[in-house]
Amino acid sequence: MNRQILQVFGLFVALFAVLVGFTSYWSVLDAEGLEDNQANRRPLIEEQRIPRGIIFASDGQTRIAVNRAVGRGDDRVFVREYPTGGTFAHPVGYSFIRNGRRSLELSRNSDLTGEEDEFESLFSGLQGQAREGFDVVTNLDVAGTEAAVNGLAGRKGAVVAIEPQTGKVRVMVSIPEYDPNQIPSNFGRINDDANQPLLNRTTQELYPPGSTFKVVTATAALDSGKVTPDSIIDGSSPKEISGVPLANSGGQSFGPISLTDALTNSVNTVFAQLGEEVGRGTLVEYMRRYGFYQDPELDYPSFQMIPSGILNGEGDYVDDGFDVGRVAIGQGGLEGEIRASPMQMAEVAAAIGNGGRLMRPRLTDRIVRKDGRVKERIEPDLQSQVMKPETAQQLGDMMSRVVEEGTGTAAALAGVTVAGKTGTAEVGPNREFTQPWFICFAPVDNPRLAVAVTLERQPAGSQGGTVAAPIARSVLEAVLGGGG
Amino acid sequence: MSARTRELFGLLPVSLLVAAGFAAVLATRTEDVSDATLTYGAVFLGLCVFAHLFIRARLPDADPYMFPLAALLAAVGLVLIYRIDAEFAREQAQWFVVGLLLFCGTILLIRDHHVLERYRYTIAAVSIGLLVMPRLPGIGAQVNGAFLAIEIGPIQFQPAEFAKLGIIVFLASYLRETGDILLRPRLRPLPGVRHALLYGLPAVLALLAILAFDLSPAGAALLIVFVASFVAVLRERPSPKHFGPLLLVWGLAMLMLIFIRDLGSSLMFFGGFLALLYVATARLSLIGVGATMFLGGAMFFASNVSHVHDRVEVWLDTFSQERGVCPSTGEVTEFVNCQGYQVAQSLFAQADGGLFGEGFGRSLLELPGGGVLLPAPHTDLIYAVLVNEAGLFGAAGLIGAYLLFAFRGFKTAMIANDGFSKLLATGLTAVLALQVFVIVGGVTRVIPLTGVTLPFVSYGGSSIVANMVLLALLLIISDHARSEGMRRGGLV
Repeated sequence: MNRQILQVFGLFVALFAVLVGFTSYWSVLDAEGLEDNQANRRPLIEEQRIPRGIIFASDGQTRIAVNRAVGRGDDRVFVREYPTGGTFAHPVGYSFIRNGRRSLELSRNSDLTGEEDEFESLFSGLQGQAREGFDVVTNLDVAGTEAAVNGLAGRKGAVVAIEPQTGKVRVMVSIPEYDPNQIPSNFGRINDDANQPLLNRTTQELYPPGSTFKVVTATAALDSGKVTPDSIIDGSSPKEISGVPLANSGGQSFGPISLTDALTNSVNTVFAQLGEEVGRGTLVEYMRRYGFYQDPELDYPSFQMIPSGILNGEGDYVDDGFDVGRVAIGQGGLEGEIRASPMQMAEVAAAIGNGGRLMRPRLTDRIVRKDGRVKERIEPDLQSQVMKPETAQQLGDMMSRVVEEGTGTAAALAGVTVAGKTGTAEVGPNREFTQPWFICFAPVDNPRLAVAVTLERQPAGSQGGTVAAPIARSVLEAVLGGGG
Repeated sequence: MSARTRELFGLLPVSLLVAAGFAAVLATRTEDVSDATLTYGAVFLGLCVFAHLFIRARLPDADPYMFPLAALLAAVGLVLIYRIDAEFAREQAQWFVVGLLLFCGTILLIRDHHVLERYRYTIAAVSIGLLVMPRLPGIGAQVNGAFLAIEIGPIQFQPAEFAKLGIIVFLASYLRETGDILLRPRLRPLPGVRHALLYGLPAVLALLAILAFDLSPAGAALLIVFVASFVAVLRERPSPKHFGPLLLVWGLAMLMLIFIRDLGSSLMFFGGFLALLYVATARLSLIGVGATMFLGGAMFFASNVSHVHDRVEVWLDTFSQERGVCPSTGEVTEFVNCQGYQVAQSLFAQADGGLFGEGFGRSLLELPGGGVLLPAPHTDLIYAVLVNEAGLFGAAGLIGAYLLFAFRGFKTAMIANDGFSKLLATGLTAVLALQVFVIVGGVTRVIPLTGVTLPFVSYGGSSIVANMVLLALLLIISDHARSEGMRRGGLV
């Protein structure tokens, strides 16, 4: 009998080993899979108990996102509140248990929930400290943002302002906005709104950039040594481009004209010829250096960004086979039409303003612990050297002329030289609307801010120089004048 | 060092665990600190020392490790239950006292466990009566679809916990007598024709059955093992009249599936029976026949009894994304949020525990603002709470404690001098170990989850009282075996 009893015991040893094995599987080996399971509410509940970090504007004072404690004791949870309402809704977003997260609240979630590396968390665990989130100080400028909101005055559109030398995003405004405080109660209505308030028009929407794209064409032509600012090109109108006649704005014929004058007056025929001379390959190469064909390298959720580039009639990105003459002036055809986000065009202006060096755009300035120590500072970071510094210098000089005497005079500031470029794309089935643009940077000798402004579907006759440039001007004034 | 002194030292780690456990729970629940907390620990330890003194007086030679192990498990349970609900812990402590009284009563009443043999048919009848009680109108109560409890006034009582003791006593006694004659080797080999027939006919029949009924691979495998085992039984000389009561036990297990609708307790009973049958006869062929008959029956009922069927479905596909109307709430939800909720939440809780756990008193059992996150944390899913709070290491420690307990139980069986003692100790130990496997296996998705308790740990009066009686019986057997061994001068 004893042999059999020993065998029965052996069977139980095996059975218990199976139990330990399964326990190991669930508690350790597959723990991550279970934590990511949709039906698992534990991570969300745990996170709700952590006071999220506060999100500040660049002044370190203005609170964009704060917490409200609900309940007491073990039941206490924290709910987000946004004292500034919709003003910073697009860059900052929201975070609610039922609705999830968006924008910085999503891309900086691990900082905002106080995620530490192993060593730090062990240390604070030993000290018995409850986990709390880190504060996030953004680069967002309150005055500049308000100037942009007031400038757009309810019209659908977008404003982006970047510090050329650091990549700091000082303004990110998209109209219409939404009130993040309304998300828990009204998400359905906000989400279904035909005006798409949840859409961040600075990074998530592409528009025809119109003549502002001539700056990109000029970059490729100048930097590859094809022309100089003084090169004379025939500016007659109309001119046959890819077998189809192309006219200048208002049909104006300029005759032989220098490149600088052509940019000042935004001469289509000159830049179309320039584009054909540069060729598709070189133009696309310079676009890539500017950051086209990829998401902006911004600390922002990728689902809320979309690459700028040349898109064909099916909506696919193409880098060959397009009508390079028309793309060069910010248009195109079924084989490929240039589309850009306001963020992308702001990066174009910023790169020129920083001697051809494109800095990675950043919404966050620093991560701060509750005791005031800085956990992490986001340092300026070079994304790409788009062009030679001399080319940038030449482009800056040319663009100053636009504001001094050309199409962008409405952006001129007293005592500060502004370099800019207007754009006005015709949109709509019968070209009955326009998409006015203005990109600029200032001051020219030591650029501290680059701005891109665009408005959606404006009535015919609305020009970049008359509609968009004044908004850029007031943003420049607000940020630079305010000691920013 | 005498056995009893070792037992007393064995209680030291228990007292450390009680102190550390309650202190940890106390430290994390700062709001409702009550002085009662540490009193619980002190009273519990006092009771343990009392029990130790009692064993010292009545069973001086009994195994020194089993009682400290049981006390350790009960301490873990008490800490976990206190952490879930202080009121439950108070009740559990009361039941522990009742259990201790019955423990002492059993030891006083049954000086020699052999007297149980005399009443084996009475015990069997009472046990079967106990099992059927939950289905009796008026007192029966349905819990989560299974009929496991009866209610008399305010007291809920799970008769199956006691029936398991009675049935083991009956089987041990019956098999002691018939184990040797159930099967006897043939003296002369079978004549050639019948020999061929013995192997050929069942093989052909099995093949035909598989083809005719278009059996699933699992079903076919089951049938093949059954036929092979059956042939192996027929190769010897089985004694049909002695198989009667054994068939009755199989029938009882099946009835339990239909009447009580609980796969877990049915598995526990039948598994204990098979362990005894194997130890008594040393015939794997009998186990093959029994196990396949049980599995066949279980498979049949799993597809026909809706409650059992649901449990199996949940087990096979816990995280199903299928949507349907949830019978308990009437809402349209995903399967994982309705039928699979309990098992899924159990696994989520374990995933949160990791290697070291979140610490005693720190696991998340309720939704903020009210509502249950982990259902039945103090009974069915107490093991998941332990994994969550003490981690994989804590859980492995608990399983280790059960394994040590089983080791001491089987060891007692091995050193016992007579067949009945051996079988009784084996059966009692096996049924306790199986109960651990059934509930922990359910919680960790090794087998479908069913509503049996984790012995000594889960909240539940019947469970703790019945298991204290089980412990008393094992200690009585052990005392007899060891004192006899010492009289003979052998080392134990």
